[in-house]
Amino acid sequence: MTVGVLALQGGFALHESVLRQLNVDVRRIRYGSDLEDADGLIIPGGESSTMLKLGTRELWDGIIAFAATRPVWGICAGSILISRHVSNPDQESLGVIDIATRRNAYGAQNDSFIATVEIDLDKKRVLECVFIRAPKIVGIGPNVTVRATCNDDPIMVEENGNIATTFHPELSGSIEVHRYFVAKIETFRSER
Amino acid sequence: MSDEQVKLNVGLARMLCGGVIMDVTNKDQARIAEDAGACSVMALEKIPSDIRRDGGVARMSDPKMIMEIKEAVSIPVMAKVRIGHFVEAQILQQLGIDFIDESEVLTPADDTHHIDKWAFRTPFVCGATNLGEALRRISEGAAMIRTKGEAGTGNIIEGVRHIRTIKREMQCISQLDESELFAEAKRLQAPVEQLRAIRTSGKLPVPNFAAGGVATPADAAMLMQLGAESVFVGSGIFRSSDPARFARAIVEATTHFNEPAKLLDVSGDLGAPMPSIAMETLTDHQKLQHRGW
Repeated sequence: MTVGVLALQGGFALHESVLRQLNVDVRRIRYGSDLEDADGLIIPGGESSTMLKLGTRELWDGIIAFAATRPVWGICAGSILISRHVSNPDQESLGVIDIATRRNAYGAQNDSFIATVEIDLDKKRVLECVFIRAPKIVGIGPNVTVRATCNDDPIMVEENGNIATTFHPELSGSIEVHRYFVAKIETFRSER
Repeated sequence: MSDEQVKLNVGLARMLCGGVIMDVTNKDQARIAEDAGACSVMALEKIPSDIRRDGGVARMSDPKMIMEIKEAVSIPVMAKVRIGHFVEAQILQQLGIDFIDESEVLTPADDTHHIDKWAFRTPFVCGATNLGEALRRISEGAAMIRTKGEAGTGNIIEGVRHIRTIKREMQCISQLDESELFAEAKRLQAPVEQLRAIRTSGKLPVPNFAAGGVATPADAAMLMQLGAESVFVGSGIFRSSDPARFARAIVEATTHFNEPAKLLDVSGDLGAPMPSIAMETLTDHQKLQHRGW
């Protein structure tokens, strides 16, 4: 199995090391053609506005097509990029998952925080969730499953194998969410 | 600063990896930087080349001007305080800045002590010219290191020297046995526990960015190829003949630092880079990199 990690800017190196712990091959994605032999894609945290400017149309169209048949997971900035709609400020997005997100919804770095949250993965797991200048999911489509909430805000959602988390599992030292994503990819792969 | 806060602060530093942090002096420049793809901006009243030209005491910028920049962009905003000036840092923390740069570019406020960064919630980045200096700053609580280079010169030679020095000193540590580690800690004037951690992991416990003297896309890509995780660009953008194009080209070169075809593509027809200074014309006294202890 090969998992792509979007490597335009941000925390992509951290995901690569977690994925290696799970014994999957990792591929850095910068162009649409890089997606060809990937079975799933992680869009990491970083600055969504920076990534938007660095990606080509070919890359974004490639990711939209990819997400129709293979799992895509957006973390923090990545969750913003794959949203249907983005605010604060309004910004283009890929519409891979039917959610609306609001950027920097908690405030600046002094408002970043860590919370312990129960998450509905293959079974319920209690995980440390790291929120850094995080967005909020402020709107959810009818087919979206909420897997975790924090103070009533959804922080992990899923639709058709595509996942958005507003927190950073790669910073908490736990590999459970990555393991869940890799299992999701495996399911999609066996059904293809 | 609790362990949780360290995780949050080093976490933010990690989210800035693979990007470009640009010096800006007003909100229009901040918007140009953001539009070009900067992952963060550094708000300051004068860019380093002007500080160098004007002389006198360079201090923290006017908080009102920093707030205007903060309101103009959605990316994280950093600002500088003088080395050791913990009250300037308290003011920036109160203002809600995302990162504080305890910077040699400003005139030091204390010739012995750096700021106790553990006393703050807001993350700090500090400059370093070698591994010992980097580890002292980390043990004071810095969440990010940037090699100093020589700010405001448009000359990359010092930045290259500093990143190569840190890299070489880390490689050396990986070869040491336990007793040699103590001697090396003494030589570097850094805690032995940190050396031991580097021997295991092969890297610093916080991201290592590069700064000082970046004038072209090729300069930025060179620092990245040498192992920097992001690049700070000061005077290189807004002292060039076409700031928006230089900014964009340096951002592209930082992401695609290992792709010569892309580097060729972004390096052409940019206009004139910032005015530059040969190192031989600066006395040691004029070199900002010697500030910090």
